[in-house]
Amino acid sequence: MIVMDNDKHTHNNNREVVISIKGLYKSFEDNDVLQGIDFELHKGENVVVLGRSGSGKSVLIKIISGLMKPDKGVVKVLGKEVHRLTKKELIDLRLKIGFLFQHSALYDSMTVKENLEFPLKRNVKDISQEQIDKAVKEVLEAVGLADTADQMPTELSGGQQKRIGIARTIIMKPEIILYDEPTSGLDPLTSYEINDLINEVQHKSKASSIIITHDLTCAKKTGDRILMLIDGKFVRQGNFEEVFDTKDERVKGFYDYNFIE
Amino acid sequence: MDQTSNQRAKYFISKPIDQFFIGVYDISKFVVQFFREVFAPPYEYQEVVKQCYHVGYKSLSLITLTAFITGIVFTDHSRPALADFGATSWLPSLTGIAIVKALAPLITSLICAGKVGSQIGAELGSMKVTEQIDAMEVSAINPFKFLVVTRVLATTFMVPLLTLYSAFIGLTGSFLDVHGKDQTSLTAFIHDAFFKIGYAEILSTLIRSIMFGFTIGIVGCYKGFTTSQGTEGVGRAANSSVVIIMFLVFIEEMVVVKFFNPLYMQ
Ligand SMILES: Nc1ncnc2c1ncn2[C@@H]1O[C@H](COP(=O)(O)OP(=O)(O)OP(=O)(O)O)[C@@H](O)[C@H]1O
Ligand SMILES: [Mg+2]
Repeated sequence: MIVMDNDKHTHNNNREVVISIKGLYKSFEDNDVLQGIDFELHKGENVVVLGRSGSGKSVLIKIISGLMKPDKGVVKVLGKEVHRLTKKELIDLRLKIGFLFQHSALYDSMTVKENLEFPLKRNVKDISQEQIDKAVKEVLEAVGLADTADQMPTELSGGQQKRIGIARTIIMKPEIILYDEPTSGLDPLTSYEINDLINEVQHKSKASSIIITHDLTCAKKTGDRILMLIDGKFVRQGNFEEVFDTKDERVKGFYDYNFIE
Repeated sequence: MDQTSNQRAKYFISKPIDQFFIGVYDISKFVVQFFREVFAPPYEYQEVVKQCYHVGYKSLSLITLTAFITGIVFTDHSRPALADFGATSWLPSLTGIAIVKALAPLITSLICAGKVGSQIGAELGSMKVTEQIDAMEVSAINPFKFLVVTRVLATTFMVPLLTLYSAFIGLTGSFLDVHGKDQTSLTAFIHDAFFKIGYAEILSTLIRSIMFGFTIGIVGCYKGFTTSQGTEGVGRAANSSVVIIMFLVFIEEMVVVKFFNPLYMQ
């Protein structure tokens, strides 16, 4: 059963589609993870993907970014079919995509500052050290960790690492941002700030995002539209109230066991 | 990088034999990719220098110690055999050949296998399982170029240098032993030690140590890049890097000595 919010849908139809997925399937040996995903992300939109642990949320965004190949289906990002691009084209596309890894994936042989500089130095031609320093300072302030620049990632707490991960994701000013559980492992106050940050990035840079989360507060605050991934398919979509206005136990359970407000 | 490429359900012959050939095929692909990417710009000079420094820094003290002791001990052990024929004056010549041609390249590459190969395997392995390699890839940075090419270049360049260094240290040890027991002078020692060693011998040593260095880098990187199954896999990557490198080093040594040296020596 799929709830289609007609108003929102017609509204969305006028907007440019930045990610479009049709008939996506992915299995690992006999583990069928994604079984027919159809999905569109529009310009400037924040879409939240909810789903239980192991439902394939991370796999979905890894396929979108070209880290994994789908078994079947067409994935288009900014009009380009991701899994048919040449190396060069894929590099150009990836410059426009930001990816926050679930476990941050900071380079642990580099300091925080070097982590943030790394993509800039390598991908932006003729950038001066001053511009780099400015960009680093800006994103560190955005995530509230301005004084950690010279620390090693292993010296930071899990939540701090996550925030540096977000800083590294937004430093290239991507058009599309894929957040894998941006608030997991963070205290409520920091989560609150991260939610604000996600919304701020959306408004300031007109980025479009997919936000994967278990955190319903995060879903409610950041999602323009919410999708529920169950048994390899999106079973519900709509805004927060619509998604949970259902008798489907699998969906209701998600809400009932989550303490919000 | 497709993370499912090494999952195959059916076997042609039996699991271990299939896996062996799949491994050989995968590593050959890895080597081909290395040669494709090493010549294509941009070049990571800074990172190569940094890696060279790591290779040298990590193995230097152990190589010094081992080569020195080997020089002394080998000379000492060889003495009685020559003494039976009253030929102890041949000692410098014998140790010169043994150290420069056989011991220095082997000692150096085995130590580098243990110190550097395992470290590369573990480092890249943990980068793989913590998704740091994926993170590079999605930030439009070529992880093969940045991580693999730089490390393989570093080992290929440094192992020959370290081999020359360990030959020098080994000969020093040998000289001290000979000098202590037979009062041979330094000039006489040098003259005798290099009596049977010409450019061809040194070239052969260098070529072999270049091969060993390349093997150390490629195997360590390959094992690291293909690590799976979490932190346990990292330990296995480090461990199997060392085993495979040692095995290959001896095979290469034998192939070169048995089949290539006869072609241009004599
Ligand atoms: N590289 C892989 N090889 C084999 N199986 C995999 C691989 N990656 C993911 N899977 C499987 O795919 C399924 C979905 O994994 P995924 O990481 O997408 O879950 P998730 O929805 O992100 O869960 P969580 O909320 O716990 O992060 C899991 O059953 C997992 O075992
Ligand atoms: Mg996940």
